[in-house]
Amino acid sequence: MSFNIIVLAKQVPDTRNVGKDAMKADGTINRAALPAIFNPEDLNALEQALRIKEANPGTTVTVLTMGLPRASEVIREAMYRGADAGIVLTDRVLGGADTLATSYSLAQAVKKFGNYDLILGGRQAIDGDTAQVGPQIAEKLGLPQVTYAEEIVDITPKDITVKRRLENGIETVKAPLPCVVTVNGSAAECRPRNAMLLQKYKYAASTSEQNALDETRKSLIEKRPYLNIAEWSAAFVEADPEQIGLPGSPTKVKSIENVVFTAKESRRIENNDEQLEQLVKELIANHTIG
Amino acid sequence: MKDQNNLIVYCEFDEGKVADVSLELLTKGRELATKLGVNLEAVVVGDNLEGIEKQLFPYGVDKVYKVADKRLYPYTSNPHAAVLINLFKEIKPQICLMGATCIGRDLGPRVSSCLHSGLTADCTSLEIGPHTDPKTGKEYENLLYQIRPAFGGNIVATIVNPECRPQMATVREGVMKKEVFDPEYKGEVVELDASKYVAPEDFVVEILDRHIEKSKVNIKNSPIIVAGGYGMGSKENFDLLYKLADTLGAEVGASRAAVDAGFCEHERQIGQTGVTVRPKLYIACGISGQIQHIAGMQDSSIIISINSDPDAPINTIADFVITGNAEDVIPKLINYYKKNSK
Repeated sequence: MSFNIIVLAKQVPDTRNVGKDAMKADGTINRAALPAIFNPEDLNALEQALRIKEANPGTTVTVLTMGLPRASEVIREAMYRGADAGIVLTDRVLGGADTLATSYSLAQAVKKFGNYDLILGGRQAIDGDTAQVGPQIAEKLGLPQVTYAEEIVDITPKDITVKRRLENGIETVKAPLPCVVTVNGSAAECRPRNAMLLQKYKYAASTSEQNALDETRKSLIEKRPYLNIAEWSAAFVEADPEQIGLPGSPTKVKSIENVVFTAKESRRIENNDEQLEQLVKELIANHTIG
Repeated sequence: MKDQNNLIVYCEFDEGKVADVSLELLTKGRELATKLGVNLEAVVVGDNLEGIEKQLFPYGVDKVYKVADKRLYPYTSNPHAAVLINLFKEIKPQICLMGATCIGRDLGPRVSSCLHSGLTADCTSLEIGPHTDPKTGKEYENLLYQIRPAFGGNIVATIVNPECRPQMATVREGVMKKEVFDPEYKGEVVELDASKYVAPEDFVVEILDRHIEKSKVNIKNSPIIVAGGYGMGSKENFDLLYKLADTLGAEVGASRAAVDAGFCEHERQIGQTGVTVRPKLYIACGISGQIQHIAGMQDSSIIISINSDPDAPINTIADFVITGNAEDVIPKLINYYKKNSK
């Protein structure tokens, strides 16, 4: 048996390295100004997909991402690890989307893609931490969902058995296919790049990237269709303009603040024996410790 | 749009006891409902719900919807979502609050997607206020301000849902305070027929096995917390924190960066995407103090910051600032404690 798996991946700003120009005036994120990485939990999801592929020859893994054209980077990164193909859903009109507009757009792309058995994705992305897009895509597609997955225990043509990691324990559930499974960071780490796959896919390029290539490279991609990364527009996936981007988002950012916390009058304690001992004595005397 | 509709809290419970996070949301919900001049409602979905309203009324709940069916416990996504979706179509709440738990974060998005209503995850503050749309100039009264750190905790955003109802938000346990409104408060109980809200085909996911255990880590209720950040440098250096914690009878916590780096397990994470704590003493070691961390510990009575960077942001909210390496300072603190305590 073999399966057609879609892995949802997001290229996210590395939120540990945020500069001053990170936010635009309208309160949305200026993604162009930031170092971009493969969302960590989406890599955990990819690993689960690749394990199914290994155990079930003939399985295909297609990575779907929505973002700027440069999000093709995550597709290539996934290919180096074992993904077969990728789609970048990119369009100016999709910009500024909240989770609901995002999940609608991605659900439209999944419908366009058609024949799939399983949709995997990370539990949440590190730029928003909402964990909403997975369940919302499931609802839009009328599919069951399994969130907080730590391990796919079994998969048959009919159903999938998943171990979930909850705040206070573990639950094993069985869901019919097709369904949406979101994978936790506690799941197995993604395998590293494979040297042979890196060679095979290093010239993979999306439609807009291909336009900038010279003729030799273009003809190489023509000869090797697997190097083609699909680039889909909102119109191509037949997205309703009312339901995408900023206009399609029910939540609006009212304001953004760099919060200044009420500073306390801090007492500086020198890092020397006398002052440290004095501090400990004080804390014991006022019953904070001891 | 003028709302005359109520505020509802989806209440979780386990072994007959309503979850703390739900009671915290009822406390906040009561305050907001009073401000809006509407009723506070609660919905409980599950099995064996007899008398559960007695735990809810003291928090000022005006109406409790109970939806009981054997198949609705333990929680699964589609059936609980179906109940809320169908109930909300009927009673049209203006606001719905849920705990940002594994359940709330699984359920909320599904409900909001179906009702096309906005949902904001992990809010750290909820307020009511006006809003003017910057493009159309349209004015709105009494919207729910959903306030949360965003973008890895580098900023705080206020989110509103001007047009769509209900306005939905999830909040983590410990963020809001739990406070009895009136021990004698009595509301109304509405028992709903589960079969009218959930269809047999909603029961698609089968639970094969369930191991629920009480977490061994109890940082939320610990009076003293020793927390480490990315500045601790390694998992090995975290051992020092455990030593200090053992000496003081404290629990060990961590910042998100330290958890992401693998220094510490996730259940010890303090901050917006972890646990919110209010200990009497918080010792922050090698923690720079991103907003999303400070949001989870700023109400600590006494804060000590140990950091090699004299300008670490956390120092501004600390009562005592020790500039130095935690590896160097902690052993000294342990010694002096042993020497001076009885």
